[in-house]
This record gives sequence, C-alpha cells and structure tokens, in this order.
Amino acid sequence: MADRKKCKAQVTSQIKLTEDIYSMWIKFPKNTDISVAVPGQFISMYCHDGSRMLPRPISICQINTNDNMLRVVYRTVGKGTKEFSMLGAGSTIDIIAPLGNGFIIDTDIFKNALLIGGGIGIPPMLELAKKLRENGSESVKVVLGYRDGTLFLKDEFEPYADVYVSTEDGSSGIKGNTIDVINEYGIEADIIYACGPLPMLRGIKVLAKERGIKAQLSLEERMACGIGACLGCVCNSKEKDEHSNVKNKRICKDGPVFDSEEIIF
Amino acid sequence: MNLSVNFAGIDIKNPVTTASGTFGSGAEYKDFVDLNKLGAVTTKGVASVPWEGNQTPRICETYSGMLNAIGLQNPGIDLFIKRDIPFLKQYDTKIIVNVCGKTLDEYIEVVKRLAEEDIDLLEINISCPNVKAGGIAFGQDPELARQVTDKVKQYAKQPVIMKLSPNVTDITEMARAVEAGGADAVSLINTLTGMKIDINKRTFALANKTGGLSGPAIKPVAVRMVYQVANAVKIPVLGMGGIQNAEDALEFIMAGATMVAVGTANFNNPSVTEDIINGLETFMDKNGVKDINELIGCVK
Repeated sequence: MADRKKCKAQVTSQIKLTEDIYSMWIKFPKNTDISVAVPGQFISMYCHDGSRMLPRPISICQINTNDNMLRVVYRTVGKGTKEFSMLGAGSTIDIIAPLGNGFIIDTDIFKNALLIGGGIGIPPMLELAKKLRENGSESVKVVLGYRDGTLFLKDEFEPYADVYVSTEDGSSGIKGNTIDVINEYGIEADIIYACGPLPMLRGIKVLAKERGIKAQLSLEERMACGIGACLGCVCNSKEKDEHSNVKNKRICKDGPVFDSEEIIF
Repeated sequence: MNLSVNFAGIDIKNPVTTASGTFGSGAEYKDFVDLNKLGAVTTKGVASVPWEGNQTPRICETYSGMLNAIGLQNPGIDLFIKRDIPFLKQYDTKIIVNVCGKTLDEYIEVVKRLAEEDIDLLEINISCPNVKAGGIAFGQDPELARQVTDKVKQYAKQPVIMKLSPNVTDITEMARAVEAGGADAVSLINTLTGMKIDINKRTFALANKTGGLSGPAIKPVAVRMVYQVANAVKIPVLGMGGIQNAEDALEFIMAGATMVAVGTANFNNPSVTEDIINGLETFMDKNGVKDINELIGCVK
C-alpha cells in the first residue's frame, strides 16, 4: 500500500537558540502519524526553493504525540537550513517523517545509561533522556560537548539527567571533549548512547570496547533519497549486510543508529 | 485516452519509468508510490558479483541538481534474481533491468543469467562516469560500443536498450554505433561528469573527486540530445535527464522520446512518478490528445 507521502506540515513556533542553532516545533497533518516516532529517528525536510532538491535529514529532538508534533533543533550550515531558519509560526514545510531506526531502549537490562551528545548531536539526546526516565532507568547521565559557552538545550536536560559539560574553549565545564569529561569524572554506565562528530564517535567506540559495555551510535552522512534507495549514505559494516550483500549499511534506512560493534569507522 | 506505448516491441501501459540507480529495485518506494501505476521500473545497475561502490561522501547537492559517485554498489546478480525480481513480479509493471560490468565478459555473464528470467527489457549501462574500469570506456568509443551491443545481443533474450553517455562530442555517433550493433533501443542521457569543491575543507565534495551531475540543471542538454538522437536513429528512445513533472516529460516526448525516466526528482518527492503520469493524462485531456503516440517526436 502506497500510504506514505511527503506531507505539508506547519511550523508552530521557531526560536533562535544561539548564533546558528534554531529550535522549531512542527505540527503534522493526520496522514503523518508521529506517535510511531522514537528518539534517534530523523525527518527529511524539503526546501521551498526548487533549486535545492535534496531533503535535509534532521534529527528529532522532542516528540509530542498528543498534538502530533515534533521539535527539531538544527544548525544553519548551508542555504537549505538557512531557509528553514526564516520560517515563522504558521509557515508550511514539506516533510517526510519519521525515518530510520532510532535508539533501542531496554531499561530492564541496561539500568544506567550514559548519553553523549557532541555539537548538533545533542538534540536527539533530549527525547532519549526523557524516554529513558519514563521507562524507569535507574540513572541517566548526559555529557554534552559544546564549542563554546553557548550551552543550548543544557537546561532542558536537567529534569531528566545528571548533566556534564565540555567546551572546546574551556568557557564552561571541562575544557576539551566529551571523552575528557567521562574520564575526568569517572562516569560509569551499562550502556552508552551517542550522537556527534565522527572523531567523537570513534573515541566512544574505543571507550565502550575497553570497558566492555554496549554503545549505540547515531551516524550522519550526506543523504539523497533518505529512504534507503540511492545508496548515497552508506557506512562500512563489520559483517556482510543482508540487504547490500557487501560490507556496508545504509545510514538512512538501516541506521542512523547502529550498535558500535556493527560498524567500522 | 491512450497512454500506452510500444517500446522495442514491448507494450507498456504508460511511457513513465524510473531512472536506474534512483529507485533501487522499487522496494524502498512501495510505501510512497503505487508501483502498479508505473509503466516500468528500471532497477539499479546489477553486476555479476556484488560491488562495494565508492567511499563516502558519495553525493552532494548542486544548483538545481546533484552530483553522485555511488560507484555502482550492487548486491550482485544472484541476490538480485532471488530477491528483487520476485518482489517486482508482484506488481503490474514492466521490469527493465540495468546491467553493469567492468569487462565485456561481466556484462555477458549478467545478460546470460537474466536470459531465463521473467523480465521485460535489458538496459546496458555503458555510461557510468563513476567507475574506473568498464562502463564509460565502452560508452565513449563508437566501435567499442558497437562491439558490446553486438555481443550482448548474441546472448540476450529480452530487447536491449543501450544507455548512452552525454560525455561525448557527438552523441548521435554513439547512437548510430549501437544501432548498427543491433540495439533495440537507446536510453539517454546518463549523468554529466562534474566536480564540486568544498571551499571550507579545501577538498573535493565527493570522495571520488568527480561525480555525475543530474537533476533539472541538465534538462536542456538532455532534451537537445534526445532530439538529436531521435532524428538520427530508427530505434526508439528512452529519454531522461532532470524530469520533475509532466511538462518536463512532455518536452522529452515531443523531442522524440517514446518513453521517459524519472531520476533525481524521486529524491525530492518519492511519489513524483505517479504525479507525472497523472499530469500526462491531465495535459492530454486539456489539449484533446487521444493518444500519447501523437505527441512522440511531434516537434520537428
């Protein structure tokens, strides 16, 4: 049944969090069911400007199933995201949502969670922290890695987690990166969830392996279709993938969240 | 109103198919498009063995288009026959299988394997700009192109479409060469070789350095080449290159294409192929066109 479509969603609010980070709440029409969304999934946002054809994959920051709404927090990196940042309440935007596979939550086995977000990898951790709490996690610790002292979303994590911060310039928290924070405070956990730049994810994969704990990593890559057809956004996998029949997986369809042992950086 | 066309001896219910590589084998689109509505699905290039493809980044956006250098990643013919053909057979649509290879023998191997399969047409990709061996080498030398066509025709049990590259001085020369080799049809255009530099990282936007340019940016080039080829050969033309809507498709048809393929536009809207077919009907209805065949090559 061809029952999914790119839908016309409505921006209900948008605010600027920092110089280049924006927060947008979006309400979806009935034909797009947001109640199936889970943290770690993403949405494909399309530009109004027809010269920009490809969707922008943006991670889900918060889910409001009651009102069929999602929140995204994104960085303006190019003309497409700049266009999104100009949209005010009431504007429409074409979206396919939700897409990909999110984080797997199992609070019976993994009672103590460590969430690590670096830069624009921070937003998906918010809904995850909330869901982990709702599912009865014993402890939720969050390490947020920022460039500087503009600590977007930090306060919003406080109700759900113990929050630790690193900044590249040392203006707040530990000077350095998220892994420096984990080592500095000796943070321990049964499971790690992470999203952020590749060097950070590489480091976390090593750290998880050394400590013998599970890690779920959310990857990023340039995408074209966003639905698993074009093979633009693949990553190398340890084993031969069932779909591709070679050692790579589609980030948009098989991910963006992978078990750290599944993939090779 | 008649939307059906006869393409290389095959009756197809409407002239719209998908451009190879943009639609997988259709499975990823089944939630977005009623595959039964499509004239045909053209599958992603398949080789004799699985190919890993290129390193990432494999794609980047450009003005009104994109560059890709996927490198023909594919699961190989065995899995394709086991999984992808049966999937498509569930639907009332024709199957065009795109075939790629690094050597002539590799093309032949795939064509032989497909001989007994219940598919409708073969599209031989001699024009991929993103793999070093094979592909484009055959697509830029008329004599090699003729030889590949001739050899493929010896083993093919389905009509053979040769997919042509625009990265040549005179595309009509290539079209005539494959016609002389016995091709039943030609498809064009494949992507134009391009490059993008990431000025912030001071490097190439694609790991492969160059990629194939597609999307509406290349449409005028594609329409021109379809027109030239349609007037140079007797075999039918499958036209593609930047088609986003029914109006674009009609340009190709009026320039001489019997069928059209939609590629990059699927990334902008996964349901677009259905919209295009509906749009063709609307145009015909509005303009009192009873048979789409009246429009093929009507602009001389």
